[in-house]
Amino acid sequence: MNPHRQSGRAGLHDEEDFVDILEERRRSSDLGHALRTFKPQPYTGALPCSASDLNKSVLESQYLRYMTKEIAMETGSSVEAVKQEACGILEEMSHNLQLGFIRLLGFTLTKVFKRIFSSIHVNMEGLSRLQQAIQECPVILMPSHRSYVDFLIISYILFTYDLPIPVIAAGVPLAGMKMIGEILRRSGAFFIRRGIGSDKLYWAVLSEYVKTIVRKGFAPMEFYVEGLRSRTLKSLKPKLGMMHMVLEPFFKGEVYDITLVPISISYDRVLEESLLAHELLGVPKPKETTMGLLKAARVLQEDYGSMHVNFGHPLSVRQLSQNKINRSQYNLIPRDLPQKPSAETQACTNWLAHLVVRVQEEGSVVSPWSLMACLLLQTPSATLAEEGLAWDQLTQKTLWLRTLALGFGACLNWPGHVPESDVMSSSMALHHSVVQHKRGRVHLVEEKDPAGNRPVSPEEGVLRRAAAVLMVASYRNQALHIFVRPALLVTAIHTTKSTHRDELFAFFCFLQNVFSNEFIFIPDRASEDFEEACSLLRKCGAVQISPQEVAELEAGLQTTCFLQALLQPFIETYQVVLRFLCEEADHVFSEKQLLPAVRSLATRLILSGELHTYEALSSDTQKNVLSALLRLEAVTKLRTTESKYRVNRAAIRRIGDILSGKIPPQMLIAAPDARL
Amino acid sequence: CAECCAAANTQGILQEIMKWNGWGYSDSRFLFNKKGQAEFTGKRYRLSGMILPSLKDWFEGTFGASLQHKSPATVSAIYIYFFNAVQPPTLNEAFVEDLKSVGIPFSHDAEDRVFRAHGHCLHEIFALREGKVGRVPDLVVWPNCHNDVVKIVELACKHSVCLIPYGGGTSVSSALECPPEETRSIVSLDTSQMNRILWIDEKNLTAHVEAGIIGQDLERLLNENGYCTGHEPDSMEFSSLGGWVATRASGMKKNIYGNIEDLVVHIKMVTPRGVIEKSCLGPRMSTGPDIHHFIMGSEGTLGVVTEVTMKIRPMPEYQKYGSVVFPNFEQGVACLREVARQRCAPASIRLMDNEQFQFGHALKPQVSSIFTSFLDGLKKFYITKFKGFDPHHLCVATLLFEGNREKVLQHEKQVYDIAAKFGGLAAGEDNGQRGYMLTFVIAYLRDLGMDYYVIGESFETSVPWDRVLDICRNVKERIIRECKERGVQFPPLSTCRVTQTYDAGACVYFYFAFNYRGLSDPVHVYERVEHAAREEILANGGSLSHHHGVGKLRKEWMRETLSNVGMGMLKSVKDYVDPNNIFGNRNLL
Repeated sequence: MNPHRQSGRAGLHDEEDFVDILEERRRSSDLGHALRTFKPQPYTGALPCSASDLNKSVLESQYLRYMTKEIAMETGSSVEAVKQEACGILEEMSHNLQLGFIRLLGFTLTKVFKRIFSSIHVNMEGLSRLQQAIQECPVILMPSHRSYVDFLIISYILFTYDLPIPVIAAGVPLAGMKMIGEILRRSGAFFIRRGIGSDKLYWAVLSEYVKTIVRKGFAPMEFYVEGLRSRTLKSLKPKLGMMHMVLEPFFKGEVYDITLVPISISYDRVLEESLLAHELLGVPKPKETTMGLLKAARVLQEDYGSMHVNFGHPLSVRQLSQNKINRSQYNLIPRDLPQKPSAETQACTNWLAHLVVRVQEEGSVVSPWSLMACLLLQTPSATLAEEGLAWDQLTQKTLWLRTLALGFGACLNWPGHVPESDVMSSSMALHHSVVQHKRGRVHLVEEKDPAGNRPVSPEEGVLRRAAAVLMVASYRNQALHIFVRPALLVTAIHTTKSTHRDELFAFFCFLQNVFSNEFIFIPDRASEDFEEACSLLRKCGAVQISPQEVAELEAGLQTTCFLQALLQPFIETYQVVLRFLCEEADHVFSEKQLLPAVRSLATRLILSGELHTYEALSSDTQKNVLSALLRLEAVTKLRTTESKYRVNRAAIRRIGDILSGKIPPQMLIAAPDARL
Repeated sequence: CAECCAAANTQGILQEIMKWNGWGYSDSRFLFNKKGQAEFTGKRYRLSGMILPSLKDWFEGTFGASLQHKSPATVSAIYIYFFNAVQPPTLNEAFVEDLKSVGIPFSHDAEDRVFRAHGHCLHEIFALREGKVGRVPDLVVWPNCHNDVVKIVELACKHSVCLIPYGGGTSVSSALECPPEETRSIVSLDTSQMNRILWIDEKNLTAHVEAGIIGQDLERLLNENGYCTGHEPDSMEFSSLGGWVATRASGMKKNIYGNIEDLVVHIKMVTPRGVIEKSCLGPRMSTGPDIHHFIMGSEGTLGVVTEVTMKIRPMPEYQKYGSVVFPNFEQGVACLREVARQRCAPASIRLMDNEQFQFGHALKPQVSSIFTSFLDGLKKFYITKFKGFDPHHLCVATLLFEGNREKVLQHEKQVYDIAAKFGGLAAGEDNGQRGYMLTFVIAYLRDLGMDYYVIGESFETSVPWDRVLDICRNVKERIIRECKERGVQFPPLSTCRVTQTYDAGACVYFYFAFNYRGLSDPVHVYERVEHAAREEILANGGSLSHHHGVGKLRKEWMRETLSNVGMGMLKSVKDYVDPNNIFGNRNLL
């Protein structure tokens, strides 16, 4: 039995029963909802624990006392002073959950949600599974993170359905917002600084705080395992710091089990879409301020379609980590003392974190628009912007893609009772800010500057087009997880021009390795992923499979072309960065230098017609390349100065050559990427 | 050996008054009478002849069992012994001849052999009730003294016979099971005739005792002289001194008297290499690793313990029982920890969890006077209503103080004061005394359960203080979930108690029982659950065993418990002492 498989493919059509929770709100009183009797059933072993009880037991914990002493010794300050500092950190961090504020929030959110969303669909079975799980052991809610809206939607749903309100990990900038910070805090948010680095005391306070919440189990904990809001709407490689803290109480036997509940939150349209695209192009993210939020209020005038919240099957950490972790490794050191996680623990944590993100992906609900975005991006951007794509052609291909996606097990949000063309045109209408349907053709909408002038320089023109392309790309990204494994296989087939399973598998592994920051692959599952890709492609008639060979079929040309083209922008972007590092970069460079330099190279290449994808301008992808190269040890981080890197040109050239099929993939040995 | 020959041959005595397929004396058992009330038969215990009105409801409620659904033992002893259920003995004729010539009594009667082929693990008793008998010893010998043992061991070496020492037969680690793969003749060496106190040294407060003596006899004989050992394992009615040494036993009152390793001053053991013993009775020695520690816990793999010099104490002038009720188990454990920290543990202090507290209540005998039942009602009202204890969370600690009267009272106050800090309320002497009395009759209850489709067992571990709560919660939970996963139809009884306190940790006892109706192979399910529970104990920092020993039941975890080198050390001792594996019970290693 594989709980992961079991939980995956939470198809909209078959098992899951989604209910629009806004429907009832539209029919009955918002105030009534906000003031409803709220009597959730918490974890049976838990005693109620107020925010101040929690803080007290954190400060009095053996672990923190030990760390305080150690830090005092190291820094030469007094224990008392360190204690004071710890108090201060805790004060900044701690939640102050109050039911009154949840009610207030419930009231406000109902108003806002009703205005901007046509519906919020929640799978009721998932909720009842969650209710069951919450009573059995401490529960960790792990939603995907695509929008600020994610932040309180879970609490809102749990409040509505009489489940305990979670304590939520949030970034400290939110706490800095006037009023809002305090409201969030009282709605159960606790705040974590970014870039904690080597601040030992901060780590100590944070980890004890998190562990105490899990141990006490008085409320579920919610955190984003991806760490950040995904700017590309693609799942991010999970961060392991919080994950380690959350799992430790189980590893050390302080709780019987921990239940992880992956939650997939999918949007038809994301509120921050244009902001995200600009951030990717190097426009800094606006600081989170209350004024900023108020200014952004105009986004509330728009229609954002529907939202799906899919509560995945609860995953038992005990069950999943069986045979992966030997818990008796903690027997010989007092559990209160700091202990570096063993390699085994790190690998298991990393694996679990990837598994959760993968389950999130599988549970995400893909909109018709995402499928259309996949196809739009396979039209040259210039054509799309200038001449446009024939509507008939687009709809026809979208319907074809729908069949393919369903065959690949996608969870689609395609209303059955509406004519197909209406579904597509209304999807398109929702995204009028980026595409327009005029006289039978679909055009990419580029941002005009305030004066309505044509762009002054060609570079600026590239940037504007890139903003639009990246917006479309982000919606395509929402559907990538459906296709990525077969697409890797197709790429392997085309690049190696081989039919031998072994050769294809080797290249497949190489691609997974190179792209493991780009797409989510569960560690140590390459051969399962490969088999999955083979069987999906065979099912849709694109390949023929024998024990030794995988051969492409003529009949599957449309599928294989589509799949290869889907990955093309990524491969091209990676090649651009590799080329830059080989040809233009200094031997030693910093991330700050790299991004603008690559951007300007890409711009040049686009203008000269050598490069076709505008996605090469995305800073996110560029950073992913850097991480991949670090992992492959083609680039090394210098210890001496902050974030400087040294290039190993030969290694980089080799990777580029393998990627373009010039040399076969020898086993590139990568260090396991399981750092904290 | 004039003395030896003078000793009465009492070889059959215990065997004749004990059950052949259950615990304890044949005349003492629980049963549900015609009115459906539970009673305990016989005259040996305080509970004997009493009616236990609430046991039936507890039993049916806890296990989902019913008095209508009986599962009595299917076979009578007669079947076993006279209808060839027991395989004929494989005798080593030369050995038997030599045995005859040295005049040591022996038997190959089926009843004698079957009686010594098992301990009291669930699977052993369950099989006997169904008339299933596996490999049993081929011969039983009754040496009368140390020298007899020397002769037997010599003959065993000479004729290549496998020896399995047998003391009281109370093992719960499959230690007495005959290895099925053993091809040699297996001889059970029953020490029961070596049951004399050879001398008492009042100047040094030691007694030199033959190792076959049974606990209750040892204590009674010493009491007659005004002394005691104070070593009181729960099995002391039937277990032997040699068995205690061979398993590293622990007694209820170890806080005052110590565990077996603290009590022994000198041990004599007969091995295939010869006799091992120290040259003097010095109270402590620095002469390399203590060879006693190869003997203690050797579980019959190296030789037979024949004589032991152990410490004795004057009998305590005053004993007082006590009990404390805590609002929950967490508070109870915190109190025990504090008692241990202040090193003021009474002779015994045991903390039962809520399930056991309720179980204890079910074993309350019928009260004769309305006044007592009124008082009980009042107490219950005071604790649950006035003090606000939740009857589903509260738990109870039982206490036993010993010593001179004044000190006991002072000590008692100290302990109750500590308890009060953790919300504990004194709950009377009666509750405490009943708690300790129950330890002796509780073993009889399993036989009652087995008559009604309920099987169960207890097992123990030792664990550092900071893990006590976690291990209790996790192991109990694991048992419940494993039962469910393995198709047990009704929630099991899964309960624990903390039975011993040490400076650095505690001994925890788990009890586990379930209704097996609807299961095709209940013993297998039982064994899988127990296995899982043991894995859980080890994963939570508990030890493989506190005092039950390893036997064959827990052998598989020895390597991870001791490390490779540790195993090698033990192995090399075995190889030197017994190169031909004469003591071939295959325990431990």
